[in-house]
Amino acid sequence: MSGVAGPADRNGSGWSIAGWARGVGGVAVFLLAAEAFGRAGVINRAVLPLASTVLARAAGLAVSGQFLADVAATIGAWALGLAIAVVVAVPAGVVLGSLPGVRAATRAMVEFLRPIPSVALIVLVGLILGPGLRMNVTLIVYAAIWPVLFNTIYGLDDVDPVARETLRAFGFGRFGVITLVDLPSASPFIATGIRLASSIAIILNISTGYLTGRISGNGIGAFIAEANTGAGNTSLVLAAALWAGLLGLAANAALVWGERRVLRWHHSYSLEPA
Amino acid sequence: MTGTAMLEITGLTHAFGPGAGHPALDGVTLTIGEGEMVSIVGPSGCGKSTLLRCVAGLIRPTGGSVVLRGAPVDAVPDGLAVVFQDYSRSLFPWLSVRDNVALPLRRTQQGRAQRQATALDALGTVGLTDIAQKYPWQLSGGMQQRVAIARALACDPVLLLMDEPFGSVDAQTREDLEDLILAVRQDSRMTILMVTHDIDESVYVGDRVIVLTPGPARVRADLRVDLPAPRDQIATKALPGFVHLRTEVSRLVRGQPGDAGGRGSAGGTGRSAPGDDSRDRNRSRAARASQA
Amino acid sequence: MSWAPGRLAARWAAIAAVVVLWQVWARHQGSSFFPPPSAIADRMYQQWFSGPASHLFLTPDGVGNVLPSLGRIAAGLAIAVAVGGVAGVAIGRSVALSGYLDPLLQFARALPAVTLVPVFIALFRLGTEMEVATIAFGTVWPILLNTIDGARSVDPVQMETARAFRLPGWQRLTKLIIPATMPRFFAGLRLSVSLALVLMVFAELAGSSNGIGYEMNNAESSFDMTWVWATIVLLALLGNAFNLLEQAVEHRMLGWHRGARGRMP
Repeated sequence: MSGVAGPADRNGSGWSIAGWARGVGGVAVFLLAAEAFGRAGVINRAVLPLASTVLARAAGLAVSGQFLADVAATIGAWALGLAIAVVVAVPAGVVLGSLPGVRAATRAMVEFLRPIPSVALIVLVGLILGPGLRMNVTLIVYAAIWPVLFNTIYGLDDVDPVARETLRAFGFGRFGVITLVDLPSASPFIATGIRLASSIAIILNISTGYLTGRISGNGIGAFIAEANTGAGNTSLVLAAALWAGLLGLAANAALVWGERRVLRWHHSYSLEPA
Repeated sequence: MTGTAMLEITGLTHAFGPGAGHPALDGVTLTIGEGEMVSIVGPSGCGKSTLLRCVAGLIRPTGGSVVLRGAPVDAVPDGLAVVFQDYSRSLFPWLSVRDNVALPLRRTQQGRAQRQATALDALGTVGLTDIAQKYPWQLSGGMQQRVAIARALACDPVLLLMDEPFGSVDAQTREDLEDLILAVRQDSRMTILMVTHDIDESVYVGDRVIVLTPGPARVRADLRVDLPAPRDQIATKALPGFVHLRTEVSRLVRGQPGDAGGRGSAGGTGRSAPGDDSRDRNRSRAARASQA
Repeated sequence: MSWAPGRLAARWAAIAAVVVLWQVWARHQGSSFFPPPSAIADRMYQQWFSGPASHLFLTPDGVGNVLPSLGRIAAGLAIAVAVGGVAGVAIGRSVALSGYLDPLLQFARALPAVTLVPVFIALFRLGTEMEVATIAFGTVWPILLNTIDGARSVDPVQMETARAFRLPGWQRLTKLIIPATMPRFFAGLRLSVSLALVLMVFAELAGSSNGIGYEMNNAESSFDMTWVWATIVLLALLGNAFNLLEQAVEHRMLGWHRGARGRMP
């Protein structure tokens, strides 16, 4: 989130009152401009609806049972997939980080697999597992593992050797050093990896839902796929996309909040002067 | 009364790298009795820290042996605690001061409440109970090093190893910390082995000063410090005995020939035999008793 | 990355081992879901790479599907680079603009481009324009935001030096601001390149009449697993090729940066 930190903020959230005001102002100006542009009739309203129409639709969705069920399903799959990915990737990262031989051997393979878009695997996994929650979660787990894994490894690389030696000097063994020094020290990195994985997870969930449709269960993606079939439903699609974006932001904010709680020491550490 | 040998180092040799590599220690032999406060000085890079690490079991030496209380040191032995020079990297930023001090106690059978209580006690010894909830980076350098010392004390070690512990703080703080160590030792009669490059400090703080040769290190001199206790930063350092000793040490560190004999030193250069130690200790104890 | 033959061989050992194991397993036991690598490689050859030399060895299928996909990626990225680069520098250098636009940009960046594919479908109808628009819209964000960051953090001492030497505004831009922004720009470009591949596949899966994604759809409807796998391997190869290409360009253009940072070129 580069460039978000506002001027001298005390609570470390990256925002100040003045920053907030400017931000809200910017959004408001944009919406007004979009509305004015739309009303000027430059583009056919059936194709690109007015900002006000979209906002109205978005408000409507907030009380729509079906949409709320879809949101819940998306959140559920996101949470489950992310949790599994973390549980798999962090220990794997610890193993790879501690065994330089394994790491070197698997590196080329990992680098080769990395550019494969997870969306391309939708088809493959869909054929093997069939549409449904299992397929959805499998894809999310696959995509989310990578950022968490890499960040865990980077975090472990960064552990201070003096810290490790200190604990060894007090007689702790390998396991003690890993749990009491390596993991806490690497936790800021791991947290960043989880946030990256989180946005990937949401995107993948919505993409999968959109491509497979309602047959794979509820989800914002399925909702958008259905909405897209009707004419003049562009405002509905845009409204749903708006909510999807807000959901992503909310998920990120939730993770940042959680991170602040657990990593209290790190945030104050990096913000307070020495 | 003869002192029991706490630590026996015999012919300790260590070289880094494959083959002959970079030799760091070249046959260090010395014996440390229970309750002694021993300073180790030497020119920069002579291998002092390597010696300490071998004693702590962090490095396995390529030759020679280290015996702690009769048992050979293979891995990190029990009953040992270490204070490192770089407190900012040795204290864990993700733990509060109290949790930092309590951390090594996890290896013991103590429950959480007891660990915390022990930690608080140790912090009391170094005079820092009121900052137990703070985080290390919120403290000054001197306070952080006190926390590190408290952490070492909390383990109730029989042997305390200190690796240039006051090298990273300013002179004023260094004097305070030196007095702290003396006070701690006064109360607990702990055996302490301190590596330092500060010659004044080595004489001020120690009962014995071991001077190492430039790397690869051997014991160049083993001097008894015959100064009265309790030590005082101003009074003790003004004593002619202090000045003489620190000059002697200074010469030895720089490789200049030392003074044989003279007040406050015994044996001059070369290694001291165990018998000499007990006689000398008796002598200095008597000398101390005759002071107020 | 070292090119010594021994090192290269060691690196690829793991991949080779996996491929060999897979081949052996597929021959002995196998599952229709996991066809042997030999079959996949053969299919790739038949499908795309067995054409005449004049066509870069591409089959009509290859020309009709692979090339258009690549073309759309190129077009989308070109737009993103142009818009992101120019706007990035402009916004980065203006404190007022960044202040107002930041939250908007952060939100727009959080908006998954994939959710807008349906919107673009409605706007542009299915086809090349829709896809290029999707790729452009999606890939502009990493470039834009990183460029803003880079332009914002040009060393003030260097700016002062430029002013002290009375460099005209235009030269300050081309000789100082743009080069200083380059490292961040390329950081964004790296992200955008992989994102472009993702968006291309998704847009084509959603609806297109040609392209790699279109092929994948066909493969899916015919339950042709070998074809599906062949497409995936093709995408892996393309993805790796793009990354290498991007790294090569970056390497060329940022030699000064590495030297200044004290790294070996």
